Amino acid sequence: MMLHRRHFIATAGAAGLLAASSPRLSLAAAGTDRRLVLFVLRGAMDGLGAVVPYADPDYRSVRGALALAEPGQEGGVLDLDGRFGLHPALAPLHEWWGQKQMLAVHAIATPYRDRSHFDAQDLLDTGGIRAGDESGWLNRALARLDGGGKGLGLSLGQGVPLVLRGSVPVASWAPSPLPEPTMDFMDRVAGLYSNDPVLGPALMAGLGVADMANGMDGNKKRDGGKDRLVLAETAGRMLSDPMGPRIATLELPGWDTHVGQGAVQGRLPSSLGQLAETMVTLRTSMQGVWDQTLIAIVTEFGRTIRPNGTGGTDHGTAGVALLAGGALNGGRVLGEWPGLRDDKLYEGRDLTPTTDMRALLKGVLAGHLGLAAADIDRYVFPDAKSVRALPELVRA
Amino acid sequence: MGMTTAPGTLAAHALARFGFGAGPGDLDTVKTDPRGWVESQLTPRPLPALLAGHQGSAPRVADMAAARKAKGEVEEMAKKRARERYRDDIILRTRLAASSDAPLQERLVQFWSNHFTVSTQRPAIAPLGLAYEIEAIRPHILGHFRDMARAAILHPAMLIYLDNARSIGPDSMAGQKRDRGLNENLGREALELHLLGVDGGYQQDDVRAMALVLTGWTLDEERGTASFNARRHQPGEKILLGQRIPESGISEAAAAIDMLCAHPATATHVARKLARHFIADDPPPAAVDALAKSFRDSHGDLAQVTRTLVRMDAAWAQPLAKMRSPNDFITATLRATALDVPDDRLLNAMKLLGQMPFAAPSPAGWPDRAADWTGPDAILRRIDWSLAFGQRVGPKLDARSFIDTALGDLADDGLRQAVARAPSPAEALGLVLSSPAFQRR
Repeated sequence: MMLHRRHFIATAGAAGLLAASSPRLSLAAAGTDRRLVLFVLRGAMDGLGAVVPYADPDYRSVRGALALAEPGQEGGVLDLDGRFGLHPALAPLHEWWGQKQMLAVHAIATPYRDRSHFDAQDLLDTGGIRAGDESGWLNRALARLDGGGKGLGLSLGQGVPLVLRGSVPVASWAPSPLPEPTMDFMDRVAGLYSNDPVLGPALMAGLGVADMANGMDGNKKRDGGKDRLVLAETAGRMLSDPMGPRIATLELPGWDTHVGQGAVQGRLPSSLGQLAETMVTLRTSMQGVWDQTLIAIVTEFGRTIRPNGTGGTDHGTAGVALLAGGALNGGRVLGEWPGLRDDKLYEGRDLTPTTDMRALLKGVLAGHLGLAAADIDRYVFPDAKSVRALPELVRA
Repeated sequence: MGMTTAPGTLAAHALARFGFGAGPGDLDTVKTDPRGWVESQLTPRPLPALLAGHQGSAPRVADMAAARKAKGEVEEMAKKRARERYRDDIILRTRLAASSDAPLQERLVQFWSNHFTVSTQRPAIAPLGLAYEIEAIRPHILGHFRDMARAAILHPAMLIYLDNARSIGPDSMAGQKRDRGLNENLGREALELHLLGVDGGYQQDDVRAMALVLTGWTLDEERGTASFNARRHQPGEKILLGQRIPESGISEAAAAIDMLCAHPATATHVARKLARHFIADDPPPAAVDALAKSFRDSHGDLAQVTRTLVRMDAAWAQPLAKMRSPNDFITATLRATALDVPDDRLLNAMKLLGQMPFAAPSPAGWPDRAADWTGPDAILRRIDWSLAFGQRVGPKLDARSFIDTALGDLADDGLRQAVARAPSPAEALGLVLSSPAFQRR
C-alpha cells in the first residue's frame, strides 16, 4: 500500500526528525497573513523594453530599431501615465494597472556597477554591497517575522535561490512525475540522513512541501514547456492555504537578449509574454488571498540604451522593477527619470540609476510584511541604513 | 593523513574523487596502489574507441546553416536531426564516462568543458556540444591551458553560443557599410569566466577591447568551420589590460588569449575552480595557492597542474566533502551497477534530476557547490529516482554485495544494517543509492 507523505509527517512527529520544518506543523502562529511572491528575472531584463519611456524626446533616436510606436498606433505601447507605456506583450498587466494593481519603478539599480551577471545576481540576492555573502535578504527577512519564519518560505523550482537561502529552513517544490515512495521507505532514508548536515535538513524541508503540493494538486503531471505555469498554479494554491507558506520565489530565465531582442516580436517580447502569462496564472489560482498579495519582480541590472550590433542590447546599469497584486497601492510609475540624452547617461551608455533597489525592497518588507524599520536596517539590509524605504507601496 | 589509511579506503576515495566511483572489480584493482592508479592517468591516451566514429562539428554546422537558408520542411527536418544527434551524443558521453578505464581523464574533460561552457540554451548548440568537447577540450586536458583556451574560444560552437559569429567591428569595412556592429558577449565572458575571473582587474574598456579583438571570427557556413573574415575585423591596435595588441587581424585573438592566459589572475581563477571541484566547496586557501603557483610556474601546463592537485594531501582528506551533481550521480550509478540501462531511461534520469549535459543555465556553466544541488525538492527526486531504479533492477543485484562493489570502506555500519534490514531488494538498492556515502565524491 502506498502511504502518503502527509500521513508520514503527521506520524513521524514522535521521531522529531521531520516535524521541525514541516510547514503544516509549525504554522500555529504564521507571523503574517500577507503573501509575497518574488520573481527574479535572471539574465537582466531590458527596462527600456518593458516599461517604455515613449515620451522622452531622445527615446526614438537612441533606441533605433528597438523603439516601439506611440500608444494607439499599431504595435504601440500601452500608455501608463503619459510618460511611460507598457510593452504590448504585457497587455494583461495593463488591466491590472487600471485596477491600481500594478506599479513600476524606473531607473532602479542595486549598488553594483560592473555589469557581470553573476556578481550582480549575487548582490541582488544577498542585498549586501559585497558579492559572495552567504545568506539572502529574503531569508533574513523571514527570520524577523513572528515565529522566526519557520515553514513560511517556499522556493518554486528544484533548488533554492540564494535570495531565499540562510538560517531559516525553507521548502522547495517542482513538479515530479516519479512514483512516490512509501512512508516506510522514507523513514529508512531519514534514518540514514539523520546525522548528515546537508541531506538531513534538505529531506526534512522537502517532505513537508511535497506533502502539501500533492495534497492539493492531485496527480498533476509535468507538462513540458508549461512547467512554468504548473509552478505558478501550484504556488498559488499553496500560498492560498491558511496553513501554507507566505513567501515564495520564482526564477524566470531568458532575459539576456544580446541578439534578436526585437521590438514588437523577438526574444524580449516572448519573455515578457511568458512573464505576464505566469502572473495571470498565479493570480487566478490565489483569488481568495489576492487582496493580501504582493508580487515583486526584479532583475540584476538593465541593458544598454542603444542597440548593439546584433539587434540586441548588452549589459547595462539601471533598469526597471515591477510590483503587482491586490494589496498594492498601484497605478504609478515611481523613480526620478534621468533622461536619455547623451550627457545624462551613465558612462555614456546606460540608464543612470536614481533609485536604489534596496529602497524598493525595504518599502515592501516594511509596508507589506510589517517588518520594523530598525530590524530591516539591522538584519536585512545592514549595508543600506542610509537608503530610505519607498513609502506607501501598499493600500491603506 | 593518507599514509596510514587502509588501502581499501584509499582506493574507494580515489575512485570517487578522481573518477565516477567504483564499478565491479575496480576496488580490487585500485587497492594495490591507489595513488599510482591516479597518477598513471596523467599521460595522454588515444581518443576512446566510443568516440572514434564521431562526425565532428563541421558537417553539422554546415548542415544547419544550409537548412536555415532552405527554410520550411528542410529546416524542420534538420532541427529534428539536431535533436536526435544531441540525444545520441549525451547518451554516448555518459556511457563513456561510466565505462572508462581512465575515469580521471573523463572527469577532467567534463570539468574543462564546463569551464568553457557552451549550452543548449541556444538551441543551435544541441548537436555541437559533444563535438566541441572532442575537438576543443579533450585534446588539451593534459596539454597547455592556452591551447585549450584558443581552441574553445574560437570554436564554431562558442562563436555561435556567445554571439561572436555576428559581431562586427564598427569601423571595419562591413561595419561601415551596414547598420550592424559590435556584440560584447564573448569578449566579456572570455575575460570574466574563461580567463581572468570576475575579480581579475579588468574594466569595461577591456571588455570592449577584447570584443574588438575577436571581431571577424565567424563561421564559414559552407564548410561549417570557424573562419576569420577580415572585412568584419575592427582595424587598429587595441589596448587590453594596459598592453598593446598591435593590429594584426587574424593573429590578434591568439595574441590576446595568450597574454591573458599568462596573467596571474587567470592562474588564480583556474586554481580556485579546480580546487573547488576536486577538494571542497570552500577549498583550503593553501591548496588554491599551490595550484596557482603550479599553473604560473609551468606556464599553464595542465599535466603539471593536475599532478600537483592529485599529490596534495587536501585532495585525499577524508571524509569525501563534495556532493555529487546529478550528472555524477547518474554516471556513478551506471558504473557501479554495470547494468544495461536503456537509452530512454537514461535520458529520463537526466531530465528528472535536472542536469542535461551541455545545457548549463548560463555561460558560467553548471554550479559546483553542494548548496546548488541539494534543494529539498532535488533531494527528494534523487531518493524517488533511487527507489524507482531499485524497483526496476532490484532483483538483479544483491544489495549486500553491491555495497562492497560500489562503496567498500565508504559504507558505514548504519548503511549496512539498513540494507540488511530492508524489506525488499528494490528498497535495499534504493537505500544504497540514496545513502550519504553514495551521494558524495
